[in-house]
Amino acid sequence: MMFETLSHLALQQYWWIIISLLGSLLIFLMFVQGGQTLFYTLGKNEEERDLLVNSLGRKWEFTFTTLVTFGGAFFASFPLFYATSFGGAYWVWIIILFAFVLQAVSYEFRTKAGNLLGQRVYESFLLLNGVLGTILLGIAVGTFFTGSEFSLTAMNQVEWQGPARGLEAALNVQNLALGISIFFLARLLALLYFINNIDNDQVQNRARRQLIVNAIPFLAFFLFFLIRLLFLKGFDYNRSTGQVTLEAYKYLHNLIQMPVVLILLLIGVLGVLWGLASGIFTKSVKGIWWAGAGTVLTVMALFLTAGFNHTAFYPSTFDLQSSLTIENASSSHFTLTVMSYVSLMVPFVVAYIWYTWRMMNRTKISTEELNNEEHAY
Amino acid sequence: MMQHIDWAVVDWSRWQFALTALYHWLFVPLTLGLSWIIAFMESNYVRTGDPEWKKLTQFWMKLFGINFAIGVATGIILEFEFGTNWSSYSWFVGDIFGAPLAIEGIMAFFLESTFVAIMFFGWNRVSKKFHLVSTWLVAIGSNLSALWILVANGWMQMPSGTVFNPETARSEMINFWDVLFSPVAVNKFLHTISSGFVLAALFVIGVSAWFLLKKREQRLALRSITIAAVFGLLASLSVVFTGDGSAKQIAKVQPMKLAAMEGLYKGTEGANLKAIAILNSKSKRENGDECIFQLELPKMLSWLAFGKFNEFVPGINDLTNGNPKQRILPISEKIRRGKEARQLLTDFKNAQDAGDTEQVEQIKARFREQNFKDHYFRYFGYGFYDEVDYYIPNVPVTFYSFHIMVTLGFYFILFFALFLFFSIRGVMPKRRFWLRLALFTLPLAYLAQETGWITAEVGRQPWTIQDLLPTVASVSKIDAGSVQLTFWLFAATFTALAIAEVGIMLKAIKKGSETKGGGTK
Repeated sequence: MMFETLSHLALQQYWWIIISLLGSLLIFLMFVQGGQTLFYTLGKNEEERDLLVNSLGRKWEFTFTTLVTFGGAFFASFPLFYATSFGGAYWVWIIILFAFVLQAVSYEFRTKAGNLLGQRVYESFLLLNGVLGTILLGIAVGTFFTGSEFSLTAMNQVEWQGPARGLEAALNVQNLALGISIFFLARLLALLYFINNIDNDQVQNRARRQLIVNAIPFLAFFLFFLIRLLFLKGFDYNRSTGQVTLEAYKYLHNLIQMPVVLILLLIGVLGVLWGLASGIFTKSVKGIWWAGAGTVLTVMALFLTAGFNHTAFYPSTFDLQSSLTIENASSSHFTLTVMSYVSLMVPFVVAYIWYTWRMMNRTKISTEELNNEEHAY
Repeated sequence: MMQHIDWAVVDWSRWQFALTALYHWLFVPLTLGLSWIIAFMESNYVRTGDPEWKKLTQFWMKLFGINFAIGVATGIILEFEFGTNWSSYSWFVGDIFGAPLAIEGIMAFFLESTFVAIMFFGWNRVSKKFHLVSTWLVAIGSNLSALWILVANGWMQMPSGTVFNPETARSEMINFWDVLFSPVAVNKFLHTISSGFVLAALFVIGVSAWFLLKKREQRLALRSITIAAVFGLLASLSVVFTGDGSAKQIAKVQPMKLAAMEGLYKGTEGANLKAIAILNSKSKRENGDECIFQLELPKMLSWLAFGKFNEFVPGINDLTNGNPKQRILPISEKIRRGKEARQLLTDFKNAQDAGDTEQVEQIKARFREQNFKDHYFRYFGYGFYDEVDYYIPNVPVTFYSFHIMVTLGFYFILFFALFLFFSIRGVMPKRRFWLRLALFTLPLAYLAQETGWITAEVGRQPWTIQDLLPTVASVSKIDAGSVQLTFWLFAATFTALAIAEVGIMLKAIKKGSETKGGGTK
């Protein structure tokens, strides 16, 4: 296939699929953030907590790198979103980023002599990253459906309404429900990951018990979000004029009109449930793969619902016509073509990540190993 | 047409970017260089099977890990800051600028982060050879990430491979290879990574010198010094070579920066290079009395800039007031032309709103005219602000940064040559004066790094994109208080983390290469 022969719209759709894929991988990989909120729930002594920290310490960079790549890819393919959302919803993004800055040093510095702030402070940084990172990112993604109050000038500069600079999105129940769902989902994925990766019976047993405790609020908030979404008014745009209008049951219509997306969503949700059930009711350690794949499919379906079928993916409730769509927010045909060739590297990247992950996770992590490990956190 | 400018936002946004970039750059050069040194050491281990090499590799790898973490922490903010604080910029150039950032993530960061995990934790989980390959891939990945971000930076200093599209009101890419292989980008990349190698070599020599002074870890230290001295000498020569290339590019595309670097006000043929100088006050400088004291190399500036001893080098006065003989336009004329280009864009938007298709087509055609591009749109950025002084960078800061950087660069060559000589002669441990000097040279390596960035970035002010977009038109529409708050938030956090990093590093160095064998902590 030669990308330059594709229409601008086809490239825009292709890139929205890539953004959706990166976003969904990011949410899956946020099991690291979820795990960071569980150190003291699952680890009852230093030895157990060391196991938990080191188990995640070998994976956190994947999440981090995915976030950075997600940002970069969004910038390259839909620069108007990058400029509008980051420059507009300033405080939401700054707080998310700040939480990730703190995370990046915390594993390496946690138990090192001379670390200035002490072990507990670095652990609290990880907790902060786990709580704020998941909830705020969920809230930010929630605005893809609920909209924000901004307008664009003739030169496409964003003017944000209201002083909270994006934090006001937390007051919307729909956004909040998604934020809290992602928080609990990340914890569930972390529990399944620990079950898969840690060689310690006590930790395993506690993790399985915690699955039930966290599954209940996750399901409550997620189903609330999903069902309410079907009843929401959505932001439709006219392909030829670009005119944005409100449409009742827009997202329900999107799912019906795009059956593939609906199927993705259903399989995804089932995958997550299957993974949880296998962790709760059986001794299987494979729950993470079911729930992980399920998460990826579910989140992808949500992104596709937000941006496909002539839907504005970053709507403005203040000025409907300032809403961003994959057509008006994208890069030029040329840039998308170049980037599409670059995207051919993605399967290769995924392959080597997969290969090295398998190699590193062949044996579980144990206290004995940590005792002999030169590089432990 | 002139919009209200909130200078507090512009200034605080600039301070924030400077702060975060300078902090990031404290840690990155060591990653860039040390990764190659470690890879070389581990190759020796795999080749010879000598456990001493493994010990060596693991010791430096431990220090690498401490430094790597904080490099990552200070890096993420830079990427997103383009959006949060420079959103008008992000829209204007997103079509070009986003691509290298995305490629950096896909191509380099994943390589780096995937294999760094194997490098740190894989000693007992993967084969020796695969571990070695991973270490090399970390070095390649980290240096590739430098490539892409510097391609992006190079494009800001010399926009190429793009065209302005009035319909979207932004620059759009038309040739990817022009962006990637722009001579500014290529020089900048090579110059920057070479300087990173120099810093890493000085780091290795500095730490090893401390061991020798303490009479500890002698074998480790001696081997490390030899490797670092060779690596450092080659790299420092490359720094000079690529620095020369950069200067020639600057002379071509950013003459104002070059004039500021040299504190040159009155342009002349056969211009002298100020080797050591103290600048006069601004008013005296403008009247041609540039320095209180100066030691000059005759005609060397002309040679540095153009490779010819008698070439004309324009000074700040020429570039400000114009010089008809050299066909240099005054800034006031550039402002006039820039405004005309901007007015045309406004007319275009108005015609679009009015549905006047004929007018729209006419203006579009005008934007495509070569004459308009070369003589009007080229000065688009000057149309945003009327004050001539705004288009002149801070001369003393640029001048002194440049001179500190260059002086140190030449000093490092001598330093490496001397250490290599002592190493070959096998007399290193006895040269205690020079070992002590190595300790004092390490901070100078960091100083050279930072002054290099200050030269490059302060020297190009006020441009975020040379001649097309000034800082006043690049910032987000946000209240100054928010930016001020995030500035202090990052200042406090990065300072605390940097202190922690140095503390951990010093403890780890003091501990030396001893391995665990028992306790967890």
